[in-house]
Amino acid sequence: MIPAAFDYYRAKSIQEAFFAKQQAGADAKWIAGGHSLLPMMKLRLATPPALIDINEIDGLSGIRLQADGLVIGALTHHAEIAHSEEVVRTWPLLAQAAGLIGDRQVRNRGTIGGNLAHADPASDLPAVALALEATLVAEGPSGRREIPASEFFVGPMTTALSDDELLTQVRFPVPSGKVGSFYCKYPHPASGYAVVGVAAVAQLGPDGKFQAVRVGVTGVGMWAYRAETTEKELVGKLPTQENIASAAQHAVDETDVSQDLFASEQYRTHLAALYTVKALQAAVQAIQ
Amino acid sequence: MAVSSTQVSVHVKINGQEITKECEVRTLLAYFLREQLGLTGVHVGCDTTSCGACTVLLDGKTAIKSCTVFAPQVDGHELLTVEGLGEADHLHPIQQAFWDCHALQCGYCTPGMELAVLALLQRNPNPTDEEIRFGLSGNLCRCTGYKNIVKAVHQAAEIMNHPSTSQSVTL
Repeated sequence: MIPAAFDYYRAKSIQEAFFAKQQAGADAKWIAGGHSLLPMMKLRLATPPALIDINEIDGLSGIRLQADGLVIGALTHHAEIAHSEEVVRTWPLLAQAAGLIGDRQVRNRGTIGGNLAHADPASDLPAVALALEATLVAEGPSGRREIPASEFFVGPMTTALSDDELLTQVRFPVPSGKVGSFYCKYPHPASGYAVVGVAAVAQLGPDGKFQAVRVGVTGVGMWAYRAETTEKELVGKLPTQENIASAAQHAVDETDVSQDLFASEQYRTHLAALYTVKALQAAVQAIQ
Repeated sequence: MAVSSTQVSVHVKINGQEITKECEVRTLLAYFLREQLGLTGVHVGCDTTSCGACTVLLDGKTAIKSCTVFAPQVDGHELLTVEGLGEADHLHPIQQAFWDCHALQCGYCTPGMELAVLALLQRNPNPTDEEIRFGLSGNLCRCTGYKNIVKAVHQAAEIMNHPSTSQSVTL
């Protein structure tokens, strides 16, 4: 399979990347790991006139635990996130989700920034970014801005990034209090993409009741979302099997459930509730 | 400086040898290796990032699927293909183990499989059965059935961890 011809720019710095983008025009695409974009180009579902390769830009990769959060450079590969001690210690569900993407070779090449900016409806990390209330840092020729995950995913494969902006960093707040987290998915048996993926964060108060609940869901609708009704149902309640199962019945209230050759609307709705229960129970169990 | 072009010169170190070659930027690395450099041990199975037959090692340690990388993206980097792993009269321990354990039938997946095994053993010299299966889940075999591949990885690990004590027998 041969992609349509394109111009290729290899940027060595962010300034060079912006300059190239200005020259190449609005339809030019950034390429990092390319493991979502390149397959689409091979099928000619995407025919960008130009690619701006950001792989060689220094400083866009790496994981740092700082006072203001766990900061992950946009170019950081999934494999590095999955095996990072800082990530496992801070937000185990992020390491879990990164470790479940594709296969080892895909995780060696795919990046967190590319994954989130691509915003595939069945991608794992958008659910995690939503549940963790991550902040996405974008830079453009006119400066830098921070976008909350809740405002980042705005449509199928569409984000709040403008054409000339580059996602440079993802920041996850550090947990405080009695917090547990878990990501689980029902993967498509061939592609590994989430038919349904649920990222759950549970915080219990001193009375043993839910103080905060956050549930990010992917694969179910055309873009990832927070299951807010489920979350609200649970706050102030004990983490019992009945309470969780009852709240999880609202897991698809915030989306239009998709259907495709693999899963009907009814089946996806069933899986969404089931995996919301699984993820929440495991998150509660993970609380130290 | 970021310079645009549809035709570029790619400089790579492949199997220890420095090579510079012109290619169209849209050339996929797998085809660059096979058609322009004659390294036909790089197999193209699915061409959709699934099967892993095109796996090569980037910069000595990272297994990548060469059907999903553009050739110019490896400019300035180092690659290892099965041609650089061992030689016919001096097989790499992984190749020898595949031979000894009957870890291949048609052999189509073998070059990519062996490079994925090398990367796996570099980061985990003593993997369990489960770790081997998980680590190789990006490489599909459609005839051997994996059991003997897992066996071969254990044998390769043994030989690589104790190079002087292990002797493999070829008939």
